[in-house]
Amino acid sequence: MTDEAASKVPRRLGRFTGLDARAVNLDGFAEEDHEAGLVAFASANDPEPSVAVDDAGRITQLDGVPAAEFDLIDAFIAAHGIDVAVALEANSLDDVEFARLIVDPGTPRADVVRLSRGATPAKLARVVALLRPVELQMAISKMRVRRTPSSQAHVTNRLDDPLLLAADAATAVAFGFREVETTVPVNGDATSNALAVLIGSQVGAGGALTQCSVEEAMELELAFHGLTTYAETVSVYGTERVFVDGDDTPWSKAWLCAAYASRGLKMRVTSGGGSEALMGAAEGKSMFYLESRCVALARAMGAQGVQNGGIDAASVVGSVPGGMRELLAENLLVMLRDLESCSGNDALVSESDVRRTAHTVPLFLAGSDFLFSGFGSILRYDNMFGPSNFNGEDLDDFLVLQRDWDVDGALRPVTEERMREVRERAARAAQAVYRELGLAEFGDEHVEEVVVAEGSKDITPPDPRAVLRAADVIIDRDIGILDVVRALAHAGFEDEAARVLAMGRARVAGDYLQTAAIFDEQMNVLSKVTDPNDYQGPGTGYEVSPARREEMAGIRQQRSRQDLLARQAAAPCVAEAAGAGTGTAAVGAGPAAAPLAAKVCRGATGTTGGPTGGTTGGTTGGTTGGTTGGTTTGAVITSATARLRLVERGVSRPGRDPLEVCVGVSPAFATRLWLTMSGLPVGEALRQIVAGIEEEGCAPRVVRLRSTFDLGVIGLTAAQLAGSGIGVGLQAKGTALIHRRGLPPLACLELYSIAPLLTAEMYRALGVNAGCYARGLQPEPVRNPYTEQAIEARYHAEVVALVSVEREACVAGAPPVDLEMVE
Amino acid sequence: MTHEHRDGLVMPAPAGDPPTCRALSGRPLDEITLDAAVRGDLSPADLRVHPQTLRRQAGAAEEHGNQQLGDNLRRAAELTTLADGEVLAIYEALRPGRSTSADLAAVVARLEAADAPLCAALMREAAAVYERRGLLAPG
Repeated sequence: MTDEAASKVPRRLGRFTGLDARAVNLDGFAEEDHEAGLVAFASANDPEPSVAVDDAGRITQLDGVPAAEFDLIDAFIAAHGIDVAVALEANSLDDVEFARLIVDPGTPRADVVRLSRGATPAKLARVVALLRPVELQMAISKMRVRRTPSSQAHVTNRLDDPLLLAADAATAVAFGFREVETTVPVNGDATSNALAVLIGSQVGAGGALTQCSVEEAMELELAFHGLTTYAETVSVYGTERVFVDGDDTPWSKAWLCAAYASRGLKMRVTSGGGSEALMGAAEGKSMFYLESRCVALARAMGAQGVQNGGIDAASVVGSVPGGMRELLAENLLVMLRDLESCSGNDALVSESDVRRTAHTVPLFLAGSDFLFSGFGSILRYDNMFGPSNFNGEDLDDFLVLQRDWDVDGALRPVTEERMREVRERAARAAQAVYRELGLAEFGDEHVEEVVVAEGSKDITPPDPRAVLRAADVIIDRDIGILDVVRALAHAGFEDEAARVLAMGRARVAGDYLQTAAIFDEQMNVLSKVTDPNDYQGPGTGYEVSPARREEMAGIRQQRSRQDLLARQAAAPCVAEAAGAGTGTAAVGAGPAAAPLAAKVCRGATGTTGGPTGGTTGGTTGGTTGGTTGGTTTGAVITSATARLRLVERGVSRPGRDPLEVCVGVSPAFATRLWLTMSGLPVGEALRQIVAGIEEEGCAPRVVRLRSTFDLGVIGLTAAQLAGSGIGVGLQAKGTALIHRRGLPPLACLELYSIAPLLTAEMYRALGVNAGCYARGLQPEPVRNPYTEQAIEARYHAEVVALVSVEREACVAGAPPVDLEMVE
Repeated sequence: MTHEHRDGLVMPAPAGDPPTCRALSGRPLDEITLDAAVRGDLSPADLRVHPQTLRRQAGAAEEHGNQQLGDNLRRAAELTTLADGEVLAIYEALRPGRSTSADLAAVVARLEAADAPLCAALMREAAAVYERRGLLAPG
């Protein structure tokens, strides 16, 4: 390229380079390609729905394919999956009419299920494809099988450390997960992982189901040993080629369904759109049509449920237009077939937090049998399935979402004390069982590391061969659930022994083989039989009980008004100890000579100083540290530095000095409130304003407004009292302004509105400017500190508390009074 | 027997009312206790589901509108008496390209002999479809 040509290449626009750097642009997006199956709904190659039934009740044609040409999937569905009694009725029903029946809360769920039993895969795919996202949500609310929502956790780690697996399984159960799925980075560790998770899952509460996802035959063997209590890794696919490439057929999978049930185990199958396109054998069909075949097949095989809608190939679906709608619609397909929906959110669908959250939220709001078919309850790096759409890092976000929406996301807050208790108990139980059964020896120091570890990077790795050896011993000695029960009991873990045994008894009773079954923590079965979804519109269906609502609301970050005011309450004690009498208040302040009070109140302002200090400001002003750290800091400053007292000197009168500037303070200022939002002692803010006024050669006078805490009125009243006509208004929470006589209350000269970010220097500058106005000068206006952080979200709960104190301090009709500042 | 739901909803008794339920060994469910386990009185068959329980669960599934789940549980009932190894072996035989027509016929015969007619029927169906779709092992 010549220099001339190079100079003609236009510079990239900043708006594009900026957007390019956003996380969403790490995701891949594919153009629709019908031949490659890269199309969410309705490929040009999808068949027209059709069905033909002969006199003997046999299906002779399915979705355009005659019986002689049925592939494996057609053949199995035709033989077992379609209710011929309603096939003609369902398939001749107008698509839109069918879609409306699905969504309409007034149409009973059972009526829709009856029709769906006769619908072919192409028919159901075409009908559901008509639904808009909100209609999908309505339909899911009505069509999911179980009334009570639930969720599943992934519990794995990079090391296959049994104690950490047990502790993390117990942690998952403490958060409320009712299924715990593990897997292995090292295949030979499978039996050990299954055992560790089984032990941990029964600590703290009973009844959580556990599984270990490995190759199908191996997974079945784990079930035979009794080391797992359900199975999920029974994959089905929507085209014959991919099915056979996966080394199975619908008949071999149906055999697995019966095999698990024959040992009393719950099982479901796994499908999920996009897998066929990913394997290059989608036969030009849409992802949704192929998924409809998978779900019809699951029903035909007699599986009670399906895991889909965001599994391994979720990002393939997400890459095409309408992909996220397709994933949600997959869950509905399962529900329409009257099967348990284990609703995906299992794979991280995007690097963008916005986009991955947007994938999960519609289902979360609608509710499902299992909202996640693997919430990564451990950290991302420890998830041996790959990261989930939500992970251990996101647990607080999820708990807050539940609370925000009054939606039961099946989880609950856990206190640090509780988590320590269950982690320690689980690690010790696993240590004891591995010791009792002669599997491996883990020391107490390893238990201690595991209890406090955030993830496997925080622990000393155990000898990898020790875990492999333990896994081999389990197989060689045919160790099963009864051995585990005895070992737990012998080591003194009687509760856990009884709960593990109860999981064995559950297989004998068989009630959890019914559709969508889970155990609650009292070992009651909640299933289609015992807890059917009865949603029929507003006022029906699952209701968050008052107790459950309280549980969801009680996140550890929640603060009462008393908590929010705790640091305010501590400050006056110091003042009174310093000898403040009636009608006076002692207020921490810097020495009058201090050029900049930042030095004086270093302890209080150091963490909030500057416009960017908001991040750390939370430690003194936010919702997290306000109760303890802030209190101590404020009190220490007050007692350790020069003291200021405000003594009332009678009702305020208008001044005559043309250089007089009045500083109006709010009713609770230094009477009930002692620290501004930024953690600065209120006296320090006042002292700085006064010093600034004096710096300009003006005469400050401090007055207290007693009948209002409205900052505009405070400032305007101060201005009206001031001989210069210039006043400063200052609320105890730190918000401040400059006002001029004659202006409307809300039209001030300068305003500091973001109290949490205000520093001593800024108050000084405000005082200086007030003095300038009094002298008839036009100063450069002070600037509000700016932040792009969610500063209001951080502080508004505290603002409400402070404002309520100001309101209580108001005395109707009480005139302003002069205050004398006594050093 | 009723179960108190955690939200106060009273639910019908589950299909397999535990007190009347027996393990594959014949031991009643209420004798499967921690004491018995610790004493060493329990064997693996005491934690295995009985075919009658599976058939009762199948009936419940069908009553609740899922014929296919019922069919699966009835096939499962037939498999309760098959050894673990045999269940695994038949699974392997059903995987693509593993079995000749004669192999599958032998499986069918074994299942019929083991009083597992529903499973045998499923195998016969598989054999026919595998042949048509070219999934049999050469032989």
